[in-house]
Amino acid sequence: MLDGKVPGGPIESKWNRHIGEMSLVNPANRRKYNVIVVGTGLAGASAAATLGEQGYNVKAFTILDSPRRSHSIAAQGGINAAKNYKNDGDSVHRLFYDTIKGGDYRAREGNVHRLAEVSVNIIDQCVAQGVPFAREYGGLLDTRSFGGAQVARTFYARGQTGQQLLIGAYQSLMRQVDAGSVELHARQEMLDLVLVGGRARGIITRNLVTGELERHMADAVLLCTGGYGNVYYLSTNAGNTNVSAAWRCARRGAYFANPSFAQVHPTCIPETGDYQAKLTLMSESLRNDGRVWVPKKAGDERSPDQIPDAERDYYLERRYPSFGNLVPRDVASRNAKFVCDEGRGVGATGRAVYLDFRDAITRLGQETVAEKYGNLFDMYHHISNEDPYSVPMKIYPAVHYTMGGLWVDYHLQSNIEGLFVLGEANFSDHGANRLGASALMQGLADGYFVVPYTLANYLANTQLGDLSTDAEEFKSAEDVTEKRIRTLLSVDGNKTVQDFHRELGRTMWENVGMARNREGLTQALKDVQGLREEYHQNVKVVGRADNFNKALEFGLRVADYMEFAEVSVRDALAREESCGCHFREEYQTKDGECLRNDEEFSHVSAWEFTGADKEPVMHKEDLTFDFAEVKQRSYK
Amino acid sequence: MSENQSYTIRVWRQDDAQAAGKFVDYDVKDVSPDASFLEMLDLVNEDLTRDGGEPIAFDYDCREGICGSCGCVIDGVAHGPLPGTTTCQLYMRNFPPGATITVEPWRASAFPVIKDLVVDRSSMDRIIMAGGYISVSAGSAPDANNIPVPKPEADLAFEAAECIGCGACVAACKNASASLFTGAKIEHLARLPQGQAERARRAQRMVETAEAEGFGACSNEGECEAVCPKEIPTRVIQRMNRDYIRAYLKMI
Ligand SMILES: Cc1cc2nc3c(=O)[nH]c(=O)nc-3n(C[C@H](O)[C@H](O)[C@H](O)COP(=O)(O)OP(=O)(O)OC[C@H]3O[C@@H](n4cnc5c(N)ncnc54)[C@H](O)[C@@H]3O)c2cc1C
Ligand code: FES
Repeated sequence: MLDGKVPGGPIESKWNRHIGEMSLVNPANRRKYNVIVVGTGLAGASAAATLGEQGYNVKAFTILDSPRRSHSIAAQGGINAAKNYKNDGDSVHRLFYDTIKGGDYRAREGNVHRLAEVSVNIIDQCVAQGVPFAREYGGLLDTRSFGGAQVARTFYARGQTGQQLLIGAYQSLMRQVDAGSVELHARQEMLDLVLVGGRARGIITRNLVTGELERHMADAVLLCTGGYGNVYYLSTNAGNTNVSAAWRCARRGAYFANPSFAQVHPTCIPETGDYQAKLTLMSESLRNDGRVWVPKKAGDERSPDQIPDAERDYYLERRYPSFGNLVPRDVASRNAKFVCDEGRGVGATGRAVYLDFRDAITRLGQETVAEKYGNLFDMYHHISNEDPYSVPMKIYPAVHYTMGGLWVDYHLQSNIEGLFVLGEANFSDHGANRLGASALMQGLADGYFVVPYTLANYLANTQLGDLSTDAEEFKSAEDVTEKRIRTLLSVDGNKTVQDFHRELGRTMWENVGMARNREGLTQALKDVQGLREEYHQNVKVVGRADNFNKALEFGLRVADYMEFAEVSVRDALAREESCGCHFREEYQTKDGECLRNDEEFSHVSAWEFTGADKEPVMHKEDLTFDFAEVKQRSYK
Repeated sequence: MSENQSYTIRVWRQDDAQAAGKFVDYDVKDVSPDASFLEMLDLVNEDLTRDGGEPIAFDYDCREGICGSCGCVIDGVAHGPLPGTTTCQLYMRNFPPGATITVEPWRASAFPVIKDLVVDRSSMDRIIMAGGYISVSAGSAPDANNIPVPKPEADLAFEAAECIGCGACVAACKNASASLFTGAKIEHLARLPQGQAERARRAQRMVETAEAEGFGACSNEGECEAVCPKEIPTRVIQRMNRDYIRAYLKMI
């Protein structure tokens, strides 16, 4: 049984009391410590900047050519914080409770409460950095409401909140690079974790420009490498988002928690063809005024304006009269899938539903609608070549965020000592379903306000021996990496990396997507294993190891996805209940909603890798709820 | 949905910074008008790979116009024919069927070519390093609503802060000036009360760093604004010049 190491005492005071109990590193001693931060999204940039400010020697790594390009940049909607500036009854406790409930009671209470507590400091920090949040005419900060909450606690910067927050963190990071406390390594990919005496002491990276393998040594490694949504091939994630860094740590013994949890966002622009490389998100806010519908009759090919109201099925309004079009993401997504499975989907592929603004335009006027959603309408028009003012939008769910990730304790430390995991890369505070605007909050909480304390505590209490990158552990890790690269380049098969990735994605999407069942998962397990075998015999990766080679980068990542996918399928098979994003068709209420099984599954499943051809071993962390009342979620 | 089309793309191929580059033509057949420009390049690369050739190297990440990774000069225009968009936001329907499309990397001495269409833009990071920030360490910030910021000022700050750091402004400028980029950051922070304390030093250091990195001076051609995917206005350059001079005169 895994221990989350949550400190005792009342939930409101756990974190503050614990801060007082943890050991510190004297300011003069901090520069003697080397810390590696892998990833420079919100989690990594905020952590690296803060540790640099505190005087540690930091090395920060990113695949991209600049930290500012990290995937966090794409977040649109906003960031939650329990500021209660609107005086509408928000509080730390309410944010805590909403997050626990939104996650369908599969997150760790202590962590979630801490997240809600530090949320208020994040907004202060960002404003001080110059993040231009939306403001009211009085000059104070504006907020709006988001799914799963009844208060307006979401701070935003037009539709570019992630961009503005990341630029803030990036600038703080560059200030430390300027000050000499952070050494920045852009266009460098971590390809392995180096353990010495069981502790994380370094990484092996590939310089993506020269192809050189490098050894980097440290006293602790912070992994901030984002989520694994691209195992589905098509998702709203950026192209370079990958599971490799986390998976390489898993191969070195770090447990991977809840690897089947993946959030599917209901409002994305549907797939149009095989050539497609990504899916684009349309903000959740559209569901405030857009009405979702499909024709009542299967196979109805009339254009939407030819279908009278009586022959339309506004299925969310029908099934969920009290929440209507504003049900949470998992519920909205699943229902879109159901109606399309019935043959009632629209568009060329039949995998889309209408999001219709006709009534909003009649009620509010086109001008008001344009004022609220103009930029989103333009974006939609631009991508799909249809004018949403006159033709209803076509939308379909797409993979968006991953709640699973490396298992961490209350200190954000994995089961490998010295390996800390932050942001979307850890198994996070979002349980089985994340609420909108909470990922940005978590990434920055981890980086600015949690890990600086817990890392100091680790360093102060750990005797680390002298080490050099000539040590056998570094050499052997580099050899393994070099061999992996050489082998992959020598296969010279008939299918491209993308061919395989697309195939893997399809299997995952169909079987480990919005609805899962034993039969499909059992088949998926075989398919994924078969595909992995074929990959190593029939993939074609061209080019050299010693220069810029994107095909090689992706080739290595897809190889890791193949292994990861198997654990994801196993996790979905093992969890014989439905919760949040994880809808097992065998376990549903009579009206088709998630049926949780708290008796048997109120736990985190953390998987231990035991070999590529061996079954992984599952470890459990029991979840207990002492402060939040556990209920069945209902949005009827 | 309209029919698939064919194109010829003439692409700059260059092995590394030292190598001499050249244009190579590729026929692209049967592309959907709904495919994005980068998806078209993906298709070319898939075919190249199957034939054992090296794929065309180009940078991308978000593919939705916000990360600033992508960027090529397409038919002589940075980010191609549509205004206010990045390369990844172009669709094949934006090109006339059968067209020959020329694709080149950003060209500027401060942006050495890494391979094909990929260039090294770390010089822009170094401009930000030289003061493109507000010095506030985590934990030391006052309550966010302590200092009200008038909405019009906040909106202007936002408009400048939208810069995605793609480098199109440099690529479009005959002097390869980074003034729109540098000015945007100076304007963003100078609009806010929090940015005042370091305003003079920031303007001085950033402008001087841009020069040292090999970016040219601004001669008011306005090409940068025309290609900027976020349509950042050239008034930010006036702000930069003003703050730079006033810093020397010790007026700020
Ligand atoms: C379209 C979209 C909109 C969203 N909108 C919102 C929103 O409105 N509100 C909200 O709260 N959340 C939102 N999210 C979710 C949120 O953006 C992410 O969960 C969050 O930004 C992740 O941050 P991160 O720092 O953990 O990782 P990322 O931002 O993904 O950063 C990962 C970093 O790790 C680096 N990296 C990865 N692998 C390696 C390696 N092997 N070696 C070296 N470096 C590596 C990458 O280069 C990058 O720098 C959205 C997500 C998407 C896709
Ligand atoms: S790929 Fe991100 S802006 Fe084009």
